[in-house]
Amino acid sequence: MNASIPLVFATAAVVAVVIGCGTKPAASSQDLDREAQAAVKASFRDEGIAKTDRLNQDLGQSACSSDKPPPEAVADQIMSEARASVKWPANGMYFGDWREGEKLAQNGRGMTWTDPSTATSANGGNCYNCHQIIKAEISFGTIGPSLYNYGKNRGVTNLAAPTAQGVIEYTWMKIYNGKTSNACSNMPRFGHAGLLDQRQMADLMSLLLDPKSPVNQ
Amino acid sequence: MKTFVIGLATVLSAVGIAQAQGKTAAEGIAEYRKMLEDGNPADLFEVRGEALWKTRRGPKNATLEQCDLGRGPGVVKGAFVELPRYFADTRKVQDLETRLVTCMETLQGFSGAEIAKTEFGRGEQVNVTALATWVAAESRGLRFALPQGHAEERKSYEIGKRVFFYRAGPYDFSCASCHGEEGKRIRLQDLPMLTKNPGDGVGFAAWPAYRVSNGQMWGMQLRLNDCFRQQRLPYPTFGSEVTIALATYMGVNAKGAESIAPAIKR
Repeated sequence: MNASIPLVFATAAVVAVVIGCGTKPAASSQDLDREAQAAVKASFRDEGIAKTDRLNQDLGQSACSSDKPPPEAVADQIMSEARASVKWPANGMYFGDWREGEKLAQNGRGMTWTDPSTATSANGGNCYNCHQIIKAEISFGTIGPSLYNYGKNRGVTNLAAPTAQGVIEYTWMKIYNGKTSNACSNMPRFGHAGLLDQRQMADLMSLLLDPKSPVNQ
Repeated sequence: MKTFVIGLATVLSAVGIAQAQGKTAAEGIAEYRKMLEDGNPADLFEVRGEALWKTRRGPKNATLEQCDLGRGPGVVKGAFVELPRYFADTRKVQDLETRLVTCMETLQGFSGAEIAKTEFGRGEQVNVTALATWVAAESRGLRFALPQGHAEERKSYEIGKRVFFYRAGPYDFSCASCHGEEGKRIRLQDLPMLTKNPGDGVGFAAWPAYRVSNGQMWGMQLRLNDCFRQQRLPYPTFGSEVTIALATYMGVNAKGAESIAPAIKR
């Protein structure tokens, strides 16, 4: 994203110059913001499970809707609200089955207007769309960082060890609501947005952190 | 249909071979495109589109030969690489597909509203896609040069830029989530960065395109529609302002890029 900013600014500057030469006074940036909002509101209709209320933005979505990052104070507010949103697993059940986690990671379905239901059971984790995970799967995306050896690289050799607790909590938080550590993270908020349930997130935790998971081989 | 099935098998094996040889999927697809050269199934839509342009149709039993795509009535060559643009008669910025619908309404007497409501791949929408394929093909090898002289054209660009970065929905996605950085992929699919000129025949300069994976010809309206589906947003209506504004944003950013439309895609 950062690499694109100077180019976008350059384009914006060229447009500004062109507008400056016109006969009509140029619309202000705020006017254009309002017109863009109106265009968004007028351009969509409900289809299946995808209703037009999905166009409404929360603070984080609207603050991360430009080629510039939000002001630091806004970013701080987004991150602290995200931290407050995290629900920790009942009875400290952070872990499930890495095999189920791998299936979820492979599954890219969910929440489109061609999907039948918004239930968590209808959703995949979409993980491989953006991340490398186990070595054997070569069809992985690169929008997010590689997660191969995720637990191993963080020194997790025993999930019950007190030293592992920090990494475990951080990872749960990241899956539940990735805006906790990066206000404009590209990653969906799987727990906060109701995309995955606790059991599904626990299975993904095992995939990433269980020393027996192929991720850590 | 047989051609399409053979085509699908060929691209899959081409990609398979490419992977076995350690090439990227994109290189495999590029190789497949070369192999097809004169055999892109889009040709069939192109031929059909040209016939439709010259055929008397609709309640007014007229051809589209007097349709003004921006360079004057009947001028087709070069029109595609200057769209979307502002049209004084409709007082709107229009892309290729919505402009074709305007001509089908004014010259042939079809109901533009009815066509806009028709599903992609059905009824007159099939003809709009074929016409768009032919009109685009007539500009093959030309470079994008969208006009930005009219205030409405500049406004469309600015709205398109804002829509491009608009994050919303259950996944918090915007267009920029996938197309705002250089050199990224979803699975093995390379993603063009669309905030600048992504290069000749890439991104905006490749559509309409024939999609091997589903055997369908897609115009830019359907391409954008499927982007919004994958963003988990609701359904953008045909010819809606966001779709035109995004096309203007991508088209202006692609200034100087060579058009290879109609292309062949995964």
